[in-house]
Amino acid sequence: MRLEIKGLTKRFGAFTANDSIDLTIEPGEIHCLLGENGAGKSTLMNMLYGLLEPTEGQILVDGEPVTFTSPSDAIDSGIGMVHQHFMLVPVFTVAENVMLGRERTRGLGVLNRKQAADTVRELSTRYGLSVDPHALVEDLPVGVQQRVEILKALSHDAKVLILDEPTAVLTPQEIDELMEIMRELKRRGTSIIFITHKLREVKAVGDSITVIRRGKVVGTVSPQASEAELAEMMVGRAVRLVVDKEPAQVGADVLSVKNLTVVDPRGHQAVKDVSFEARGGEVLGIAGVQGNGQTELIKALMGLIRPDAGVVALDGEDISRHGAREALDAGIGYVPEDRSHDGFVGAFSVRENLVLDLYRSDDFSRGLGLKLDAMADNARSRIEEFDIRTEGPETPVRALSGGNQQKVVVAREFSRPLKVLIAAQPTRGVDVGSIEFIHKRIIHERDQGTAVIIVSTELDEIYALSDRIAVMYDGRIVGVVSPDIAREDIGLMMAGASDEAEVNP
Amino acid sequence: MTETIAHPPESAGPGNKPVPPAESSRGPVTWLPTLVETLAAIVIALVLGALLVALSDPDTVETLPYLFSYPADFFSAAFDAVWSSYSALVQGSVGSWNRISTTLERSAPLICAGLGVSLAFRAGLFNIGAQGQMAVGFLVAGFIGFTYDLPPGLHTLVALAGGILGGALWGGIAGFLKARTGAHEVITTIMLNYLAVSILLYALGKEAFQREGSDNRQSPPVADSATFGSVADTHLGVLLAFAAAVGVWWLLERSTIGFEMRAVGANPEASRTAGMNVAKVFTLAMVVAGALAGLAGTMQVLGDQASISPTLAGTIGFDAITVALLGRATPLGTVLAGLLFGALSVGGVAMQASAGTPKELAAVLQALIVLFVAAPALVRGLTRQRATGGGSTVMAKGWGG
Repeated sequence: MRLEIKGLTKRFGAFTANDSIDLTIEPGEIHCLLGENGAGKSTLMNMLYGLLEPTEGQILVDGEPVTFTSPSDAIDSGIGMVHQHFMLVPVFTVAENVMLGRERTRGLGVLNRKQAADTVRELSTRYGLSVDPHALVEDLPVGVQQRVEILKALSHDAKVLILDEPTAVLTPQEIDELMEIMRELKRRGTSIIFITHKLREVKAVGDSITVIRRGKVVGTVSPQASEAELAEMMVGRAVRLVVDKEPAQVGADVLSVKNLTVVDPRGHQAVKDVSFEARGGEVLGIAGVQGNGQTELIKALMGLIRPDAGVVALDGEDISRHGAREALDAGIGYVPEDRSHDGFVGAFSVRENLVLDLYRSDDFSRGLGLKLDAMADNARSRIEEFDIRTEGPETPVRALSGGNQQKVVVAREFSRPLKVLIAAQPTRGVDVGSIEFIHKRIIHERDQGTAVIIVSTELDEIYALSDRIAVMYDGRIVGVVSPDIAREDIGLMMAGASDEAEVNP
Repeated sequence: MTETIAHPPESAGPGNKPVPPAESSRGPVTWLPTLVETLAAIVIALVLGALLVALSDPDTVETLPYLFSYPADFFSAAFDAVWSSYSALVQGSVGSWNRISTTLERSAPLICAGLGVSLAFRAGLFNIGAQGQMAVGFLVAGFIGFTYDLPPGLHTLVALAGGILGGALWGGIAGFLKARTGAHEVITTIMLNYLAVSILLYALGKEAFQREGSDNRQSPPVADSATFGSVADTHLGVLLAFAAAVGVWWLLERSTIGFEMRAVGANPEASRTAGMNVAKVFTLAMVVAGALAGLAGTMQVLGDQASISPTLAGTIGFDAITVALLGRATPLGTVLAGLLFGALSVGGVAMQASAGTPKELAAVLQALIVLFVAAPALVRGLTRQRATGGGSTVMAKGWGG
């Protein structure tokens, strides 16, 4: 099936989210869609999947114009979509999930589970997606759950499959497997629209690459284009993909963690007997697939979860039983993993968010009263220093783009003297230009002698920043290695393959 | 500000957060569409109210059978009915200083209790308990007022303080339960309302609260030394209500405590991460909210009606929720909404007396206004106001970028 988009435009009031986009997806090609956050990829896919109606323009399937008013129209036309956040029912089996919404019955409303299981088996052998139809989805690893999503789309006879940032939640090995699946689908004639912002993946698997910037197509290029070229097209200017940094001037242990164990609310040990040191002037990267205890580990360091056992010592003083306020006051800067959930108050202005954990200081309050002028001055200088793109200090942070929201969080945390900086996923969902900036600031902070801890599921980011890398798997630190180690080896450690790889740099 | 009402504890994840396009309506004049919407709601309510008046007026109904032969009869009759009712409503509420003063006195407790509900809203709490907090407030204030013998002025102050503290305690219980156990404040405040009413009835059956020589559940009158003084026939509680509004505004917009309350109300997780003590903020917000409702209750007993009876609070505590909603949980809005509701209720009585229109029409108008405020999309559609912002952008986030 050949999918054509002609002059597709979407306006929201005066704002043009998509400006006359032309795109052609040839049968059996993997077409990558590359663009920064807010570039308009989401809007485009929403129109393609029937969630938004275009203001102008046409969608053509095999030369015939089509109009989608709901996702079911799109599905009927052979378009399938795998969302970034899976739309699966965890307590249902694979087969039940696949038949969900189009259940076949055997009279009297009895579900025909056998037929559903047969469909799953048939599809999985045809496309080489091995999945047990009777397994419960909640028991499956994320990578396999994603396969279930793909199977679901295929069971609706999808000829064009939209994969929305499919690699964000996967281990390096799972990413390789996904790419293999994508190639197999392509061999069978299914076209794929692959949305990502990871340049490496685009080059590895794409047949053609369309770059979108500010709602317009900047160009369609072949995967032979260099990463630097692609980044430049996305951002609109030359971008340095490597972080310039001097060798670390390593100081004394600032934060030392000993035998830390954290039990999550479900009674499951999320962090198991973890010990490590963070040293002044050095970046310690904590690598690992999402959900292996990193979140709980840093929340325990910040006093947001009470650890079950173990010691967290800051300059020799145990702070493991302190709350978040004490941790912040003691000089720990914190960039939370999920910024819109934990990092800022969306309804608050930039000015207010820039002092969200500083409003009690003498700089911004006198007695019970806030010093509004000081807050405004602070906002103006931070906006300037961190190049926060906002209409002004009074704009609510939720109206900013993801990258600028993150800059607000980073600017706030960097605006006071720090002993330790804990940054989780500091550049998740952040555009290339802002990534470059945030990385530079993190290295700058390191060079001031701060002990920096970076938690990231992006190996590229871990490599770019770290002076030492600790790998977490299943709640444990399975090894602390030097950044010279090969990606494959770290990948294996992240997947839990080698528990004993202790390489001291 | 509107968002605070629609869903008090906002903790939108990345997937469900509306991201308005860059040049949306957000700017220094965000209150303007809100104001226009509210005024439109009031106008539509008045129009529908007029329809009701006309159709319940016997003279107008008489003209209906020959409506199509002599439409002028119908329209003049309807106009007469509506005109006389509405002018009676206006005359009765603000027609003379005496009426204005009555309106102000009726509005004052509504404003105070409304401020309590608004403040709790801003901290992410749905305070249904103003009614109970008021009851405890006037029970304490009244008891001090008729039991002790203190010099004038001081007596008022002590009774006032007692009433405020009583309300604060009652609100604080709900806040504390929320903070400690996570018990939902809607449930606990409703239960505390029942409890307050029961305590009130129990107390009024006891000797200490009984009026001598009376079998009614009514307390002795409050000593003159404890009542509010009055200026130009208006008791000073009215000034207290306006002062409370200014105080709440300062607390919310200019103080560190208000900063915490608004932060916790908008995103408790981020507030906790920023080192705020969310449990403490919840408790404090409910204490202050209860104190404001307690103040409202105190006005009832130290103002014009000087003794405690089971019906003293009327429905003020529940009307306060509507007032806060109409006022978009801002102090100024709450004051304006309180004045409007006060005027409607005072004017409604006058309307019944002079135009014969049932005073319940005032309640219908109040209900319609709130209904249309709660359904802004409907008002926009009815008035063909251009939609501000893009509702359809809601789903544009979370995909692809």
